[in-house]
Amino acid sequence: MIPAATRYARAQSLDQALELLGEPDAKAIAGGQSLIPVMKLRIARPSVVVDISRLELHGIEEREGTLHIGPLTTWAELAAASLSPGLEAIPECAHGIGDVQVRNLGTIGGSVVHADPASDMPAVLLALGARLQVRSSDGERETSLEDVLVGPFTTALGTQELVTDIIVPVPQAGSGSAYVSVEHPASGFALAGAAALVEPDRERIAVTGVGATPFVVPDGGLGATEIFGDRFASDEYRRELAGVVVERARASARARSAG
Amino acid sequence: MSDTPGLASARPSSGGADSGSAQGITLTVNGSERSIAVEGRALLVHALRDGLELTGTHVGCDTSQCGACTVLLDGHAVKSCTVLARQAEGREVTTIEGLAAGGELHPLQRAFVEHHGLQCGFCTPGIILTAADLLSRNTSPSDGEIRHALRGNLCRCTGYQGIVESIRAATTRVAT
Repeated sequence: MIPAATRYARAQSLDQALELLGEPDAKAIAGGQSLIPVMKLRIARPSVVVDISRLELHGIEEREGTLHIGPLTTWAELAAASLSPGLEAIPECAHGIGDVQVRNLGTIGGSVVHADPASDMPAVLLALGARLQVRSSDGERETSLEDVLVGPFTTALGTQELVTDIIVPVPQAGSGSAYVSVEHPASGFALAGAAALVEPDRERIAVTGVGATPFVVPDGGLGATEIFGDRFASDEYRRELAGVVVERARASARARSAG
Repeated sequence: MSDTPGLASARPSSGGADSGSAQGITLTVNGSERSIAVEGRALLVHALRDGLELTGTHVGCDTSQCGACTVLLDGHAVKSCTVLARQAEGREVTTIEGLAAGGELHPLQRAFVEHHGLQCGFCTPGIILTAADLLSRNTSPSDGEIRHALRGNLCRCTGYQGIVESIRAATTRVAT
C-alpha cells in the first residue's frame, strides 16, 4: 500500500513549520506512526507532509514542581524515564503502547493531536491534569487537554497551531498514579483503559476507549455517562470493563501513594 | 529498478508542478553512503527493496503490524513500511544485509540457525533486527522481556519458542 502522491517538506524551524502548515490540506508529521498508516489507507491525503521531527521540541524535564514533556518525545523515551513519585502512570502507560518499533518513533504530541478515542496516554494526561502550550503565528497560548479533545480524531487546535510543550503538575508528596487497560488482542488498542491519580486529599480518574474522546470520570462515576460500543465490544461490555479497569488503576495508584 | 510508485523510475506524477516529484536523498545504509531519488510519498521499505535492491527487508502485512520490514534507524528498530523514505535522509539505516561483519554471521544470526529460530524465514530479518535493538538496550533480557520486545513481530510458523531460545542463546554469546 502506497500513499497518494504528496509533497514532503522538512521544517527547519517552528516558524517555518507554521508557515508550511498554512497550505490547504497540509499535515504535520512527527513519528508518523498514526499518520502514515492512514495515508496508506488513503483515509488521509495531505497535499504536503510537513516534517517537524527534527525541531527542538524534545525532552523530559522537571522544574519547579512541573513536568515539561516536549511533544516530540518518543514513547520509548517516556517508558525509560524516571520521574517523581506520583507520575508513575506515564512510563507505565508508555511501556505498553504499540510495540517496540512504534515506541521508537511514535511521539506523545502526535498521539495527543491525533485524538484517537482509544489512545492510552491522553487518559493519563487527563488524570494528571495536563495542559498544552500551543504556538501559532499569532503567538502562544496555554490550554487544558480537556478543552483540546473535542471528538474522535478531532481537536480544538487550528490547522496552523502546533503543540510546543506538554505541562504536567507534579503531584504533591504522598501521591501515586497508575494506568491499566484491557486491549483488543489484535489491534492492541484499549477496549477500556483507566488512569488514576491518588493524592492525599483527592483522586482523579480518566478513561479511554469508551467514549468519543478520553475523558475525566465525573464525581458520580460512570453511571450517567454515555458509553460507546462497536463491533469489537458492545457499550454494555465496555461499561462493565471500564468499571473493572477503573478499580484496578485506583487500587494500583493507592498502593503506590502509600509506598 | 522497479515501477513501484514513489521511486524515481515510477511513471511521471500526474499532479501539477512539482507535486510529489522525485528528489534525491542521501542516507547511510549498512555503513555506506547511498543516494536515491524518491517521491514525497515513498516508503523507506520500497526505497530499500526496489531502489537499493536490498530485498532482505520483507514486506509482510504492509499495515504496520507484522514487523517483517523492521530495520534499524539510527540504531533503533522501526517498521520501514511506516517511515517515509525522506524522513530517513541523513540517517543511518541497518538492514539484515548489514548485520554480518567480515563474512561472519552476527551472533543473533548464528543463534537462529542453531536453535531453530526460523522455519519459512519470512519474518526472520525483522525479528533479528528487533532482537538487535533489544540487546543494544538490555544485555541480559528475561524471557518476559524478550517476548515483550517481540510483540510487534508476527511469526506464523514457529510458535515463538525457538525464537525466544535463539535470542536467549545470542544474549549469552554477546555477553561473554
